[in-house]
Amino acid sequence: MKSRVDSAQAAAPGQIGFVRRCLFSTDHKVIGIQYFFLALFAVLIGIVLSLFMRFHLVWPAAHLSWIPWLSGGLMTPEQYLALVTMHGTLMVFFVLTVAPQSAFGNYFLPLQIGAPEMAFPRLNMLSFWLTFVALLVMLAAFVVPGGAPISGWTAYTPLSSVGSVAGPGEGLGQTLWIASIGIFCIASLLGALNFISTTIDMRAPGMTLMRMPLTVWAWFVTAILSLLAFAVLLAAAILLLLDRSAGTSFFTPAGIVLSGQLQPHAGGSPLLWEHLFWFFGHPEVYIAILPGMGVTSHVLANFSRKPVFGYKAMAITLCAIGFLGFLVWGHHMFVSGMSPYSSIAFSLLTMSIGVPSAIKTCNWLGTIWHGKLQLKSPMLFSLGFVSVFVTGGLSGLFLAQPALDNMLHGTYYVVAHFHLIMGVAAIFGIFAATYLWFPKMFGRAMNERLGQIHFWLTFVGAYCIFMPMHFIGIEGGIRRYSDYTGANYLAALQPLHRFSTIAAFATAAAQLIFLFNLFWSLRKGAPASANPWNATTLEWATPSPPPRDNFGAWKPAVYRGPYEYSVPGAAADFIPQHLSPADLEAAGAD
Amino acid sequence: MSPAGRHVYLDAARDLCPRIPAGTRRRERGSTFASVLLALLLSLLVLITVWIFAARVFPAPSSITAIGDQVDRQYALTLWITGAIFVLAQLGFAWAILRFRDRGQRARFVPGNSRLEFAWTVAAIILFLGLGVLGRRAWAESRFTPPSAGAIQVEVTESQFVFNFRYPGPDGKFGRLDPRLISPSTGNPLGLDDNDPAARDDVVVPQLTVPVNRQIALLIRSQDVVHNFFVRELRLQEDAVPGMIISVHFTPDRLGRYEIVCTQLCGLGHYRMHSYLNVVAASDYQAFLNQQQQALRQ
Repeated sequence: MKSRVDSAQAAAPGQIGFVRRCLFSTDHKVIGIQYFFLALFAVLIGIVLSLFMRFHLVWPAAHLSWIPWLSGGLMTPEQYLALVTMHGTLMVFFVLTVAPQSAFGNYFLPLQIGAPEMAFPRLNMLSFWLTFVALLVMLAAFVVPGGAPISGWTAYTPLSSVGSVAGPGEGLGQTLWIASIGIFCIASLLGALNFISTTIDMRAPGMTLMRMPLTVWAWFVTAILSLLAFAVLLAAAILLLLDRSAGTSFFTPAGIVLSGQLQPHAGGSPLLWEHLFWFFGHPEVYIAILPGMGVTSHVLANFSRKPVFGYKAMAITLCAIGFLGFLVWGHHMFVSGMSPYSSIAFSLLTMSIGVPSAIKTCNWLGTIWHGKLQLKSPMLFSLGFVSVFVTGGLSGLFLAQPALDNMLHGTYYVVAHFHLIMGVAAIFGIFAATYLWFPKMFGRAMNERLGQIHFWLTFVGAYCIFMPMHFIGIEGGIRRYSDYTGANYLAALQPLHRFSTIAAFATAAAQLIFLFNLFWSLRKGAPASANPWNATTLEWATPSPPPRDNFGAWKPAVYRGPYEYSVPGAAADFIPQHLSPADLEAAGAD
Repeated sequence: MSPAGRHVYLDAARDLCPRIPAGTRRRERGSTFASVLLALLLSLLVLITVWIFAARVFPAPSSITAIGDQVDRQYALTLWITGAIFVLAQLGFAWAILRFRDRGQRARFVPGNSRLEFAWTVAAIILFLGLGVLGRRAWAESRFTPPSAGAIQVEVTESQFVFNFRYPGPDGKFGRLDPRLISPSTGNPLGLDDNDPAARDDVVVPQLTVPVNRQIALLIRSQDVVHNFFVRELRLQEDAVPGMIISVHFTPDRLGRYEIVCTQLCGLGHYRMHSYLNVVAASDYQAFLNQQQQALRQ
């Protein structure tokens, strides 16, 4: 198991052709970078889509005649909903699932546990290329007749199950959407198997579970969630595809009349789709956010020069959040017609997820308390992560109560909540990870000053975009409305929308700083040493970037926990995991 | 394995392995500015948010049912608790970021504190689960109890992108529906089957008119996709699901005209699904019913 590295690829890079080295590589590091750039591409599209939406919400009558796909420069309601659907889908699947887990997890999980490769390198390559195909299929929905689907990323049936009679985009566009999600599920399942096997089987000697960095814990738990959640979504997607194309009626009940035609279905249940979808959909939230929690713990310790406060509790709460995450899907369905009694069970289970989340937040505060805080870009984004996690988490305590969901469900309050806790927090985790590990991945440092400016603008901007949405929601502003003329009271909420839109454009512009920094540093960044942050974990015990087989002929062994910073009596304020007591004595004697 | 290719890395890895740079007690530059700014921003966030909620800059419209008032009380309680946690957490971080910025000090080695960790775990359990248990009441009173025997029954039928409201007429019975008879253009949007005598006195109107201080029992259905029935002032919403009839009830205690919207994505016209809830005096309600019956006979 431990020598699965292709011998051909273990040789020096010059001996392998470009295609095997950069495209169809089985190197987990190359695959991680491929995933990273795939997510970067998807996030750019996702941001542009959201800017179009924000613009349309505030200036619906503006003629954008320079955009060919708008009819006469105006956006139609179905085009708006296609943007809603594709923005959500790209962000949730191809950004928030891919970047934290598939990209950084792929690159750093083997490095951090001292393994030369993933357990199944070829499977790993297959996962990436399936994800790539899924992305192409998803984007193809834009250009087929009828355009992209309008049923949202949740694709509630029967809107999504009866074909184009339900609306534009519900024809071929919706079919492609489902096919893409199916392919994505398979890719994620293969990836999850790989992560789980690697973590269990390929840890270096001495790397016990309780010596694993919290990032590894997070990726491990996330992989288990992926395995269980994507399997259910895959089954649901196949059934939905059958409802659309094979005349089955899993999700489509009898007696539906659309455009004056009685639909030839009988016996299906829209609630079944909602249950299956959210059985996946809620764990998916944690798939997006758990790696960010891991990175935050990792970074806060490193840049406070202190051990993680309550390491054991941090590992246990990751598992607890993962476990409870599977028992709360019903809180998306309080007003769906589901039994009101089960709502209470789902409500209490959801409130109880607040407990491990609160423990984590307190432990993060404990980690920086009495530290020596070095506010570099990774640290800033991790502190930002905690702030938006707290804000977004607390609004969840409202939505977790069915009585309050009565007034907040389907409003912008929900949009504010999940964007802060799932979108912004996860993205902050991704940024922290990028600034932290870029030197290791590319052997060059990113520009620190640009990183800081990027943080200040993004931190302020994200709050300015999403805080007003809470108030829009409390006043009854409904999400997924392409126009505010539908109800009379909505016009009064336009000033808040305008503020949010301006903030969105400013924040999006600030991301250009990040993009510039990223691509400029790739070529011109200052060369990075092996361990630029004076960190303790194994990924810093190998050159930047690491060789093909990660540690060369050196077989790393681990002698201590992952966060031994500022240990009393030690010569330096950090002791790497691979230092044996003998090494330490020798170093102290210097 | 090709040993020739590997020994290059072997040397590099050995080189990296056991060395710790000496003299790491130096101070990182730039942390003071960043810590002051971040602490300031977090304090501003708290200040502005607390002000907006305390000054009720963006209040929800006032409720028109007793259960809605109860929802509002639970909302206020939740706001107090989450608000306190919000202020403590954000300011706690702001303080720690400022206080423990790198000034050349040595960090304290504190891997944890079981007593503290136990204390905040218990506190979180009590606060969050307690809040959940208290929140049960407002939900239970509207959803666990069936409508009373004397409640006025109105059927809500939603379709792309309209609301229709059906009153059972003098016989108190809803007549048979047949989806094959649905024909909005000929004035039969619900597919009422006239062969059923109970259907002949059923009244179908595009707005919901109800008397004040009487319990209203809605039977919510959909003809096509999933829709929703939401009135802000009722603090009540419920999906309309094809194949299901979902019952909710409420007792409005204030006259007025309130807007009904759909909160469930139902197609391209989702944003314009709209109707009104007219809460009128008992006598006006009777007049409304009489007028509808007259119109039916003509």
